[in-house]
Amino acid sequence: MKNKYSIFSLIRNAFSSHENWQRAWRDPEPKKEYDAIIVGGGGHGLATAYYLAKKHKMTNIAVVEKGWIGGGNTGRNTTIIRSNYLWDASAGLYDHALKIWEGLSQELNYNVMFSQRGVMNLAHNLQDVRDLKRRTHANRLNGIDAIWLNTDEVKKFCPIINTSPDIRYPVLGGTLQKRAGTARHDAVAWGYARGADQLGVDIIQNCEVKGIKRDGDQVIGIDTSKGYIKSKKIGVVAAGHSSVLANMAGLKLPLESKPLQALVSEPVKPIIDTVVMSNAVHAYVSQSDKGELVIGAGTDSYVSYTQKGSHNIVEETLRAILELYPIFSRMKMLRQWGGIVDICPDASPIISKTQVKGLYFNCGWGTGGFKATPGSGDLFAHTIANDEPHKLNAAFNINRFVSGDLVDEHGAAAVAH
Amino acid sequence: MFIINCPYCGERDQTEFSSGGEAHIVRPKQPTELSDDEWAEFLFMRKNIKGIQFERWNHSHGCRKWFNVVRDTSNDKIHAVYKMGEKPPVNK
Repeated sequence: MKNKYSIFSLIRNAFSSHENWQRAWRDPEPKKEYDAIIVGGGGHGLATAYYLAKKHKMTNIAVVEKGWIGGGNTGRNTTIIRSNYLWDASAGLYDHALKIWEGLSQELNYNVMFSQRGVMNLAHNLQDVRDLKRRTHANRLNGIDAIWLNTDEVKKFCPIINTSPDIRYPVLGGTLQKRAGTARHDAVAWGYARGADQLGVDIIQNCEVKGIKRDGDQVIGIDTSKGYIKSKKIGVVAAGHSSVLANMAGLKLPLESKPLQALVSEPVKPIIDTVVMSNAVHAYVSQSDKGELVIGAGTDSYVSYTQKGSHNIVEETLRAILELYPIFSRMKMLRQWGGIVDICPDASPIISKTQVKGLYFNCGWGTGGFKATPGSGDLFAHTIANDEPHKLNAAFNINRFVSGDLVDEHGAAAVAH
Repeated sequence: MFIINCPYCGERDQTEFSSGGEAHIVRPKQPTELSDDEWAEFLFMRKNIKGIQFERWNHSHGCRKWFNVVRDTSNDKIHAVYKMGEKPPVNK
């Protein structure tokens, strides 16, 4: 690998005041034709390109991105990584990703700051307790680490939680996945971009797709703001805009796009060294390495592409946060933002071929796609290269909405959608 | 977050309403004769438009009546509101 990052390159560049670092990826003009094109330069799209080049030796490929790489949901999420999903198909998919996360910084020679600080899910009523215990058992049968904590153990693991029985939704216990945690979202996009670029992938930014061209049942190319580009294999990984791109190819998807919000506080000293999620009251909180509390709010109930979200959603989340963590009552919030998430009726993703030959879709990740980035890229690359799904994403085909074989993770996935 | 002009109650905050998703999806007249593809189309497939969308809303914290809204999903501007059973005031 040229320009390998190491302690030696750091020292060498320190002597020249860090003015001679090479750019991490090129800025090429699009060629007339590629063997495959990935539409969408977020984490999933860049990972797909990386694994297409690395594992399937397809190096004459491009990633086209309408804005800048990692500027969509990759840069807008709360960076939580976990694999404690209920159903076998989901457990296989998300744990595949988690296993890749564990070696990703070394593989990419890029520090993605993966931190296995644990993810704790709280139970606030008897049904929560039953559901979370059931999920813990299901996880362990699938080889995924999961333990049940009673209220005292929750308090011991995260002392700032208010476990008083007098609060509106008292903490009755929780589950803990110790291998779960967080990573630096931007670094994931940049690491995959650098890795893919070094394998010869063209990353073309500021290149918006305006149309998808078909010759009968076969896809043949895309119209973009930088001209027409030919390719007989096109993989679309466009998150909230998946339906817009599907419409260009004359397809309809079972998706609804909604704003999902997050916010961060002013930076403070280390106060919470894990990730705590509570789906019943909708409060997700962790602390970034800069010291900001990273808080995930909910989705709006209506379709919108505005990347804003409503204030009442933020208010509900902060109300829950304050009840669970009274210590945060005088914290100031620094920034709030929204991203557009594409939600499937069964809250599971689609990584699939379509009825159009050569056109593949990776979408429907909804509110929880970041955690799956490496696995999603790996499996989508396999699907594109072989024109057949990998066994781990076979259940996540688009035909499940016709056959009825849904992977219903609504409520089952330890998270409110 | 926006204001919706309920045809029965007048202008109210969006938080008083529940979104019912895409409008004018007609329930199949002969459900027993539907193929799996047609069921999938009716139950799951959505236009999910970025732009002018026809949708249903319910004034769930008010009169609890259903009605239709024409809204631009790219900026949340509402172009028209009309009652159930009425013809859309803008071309669909």
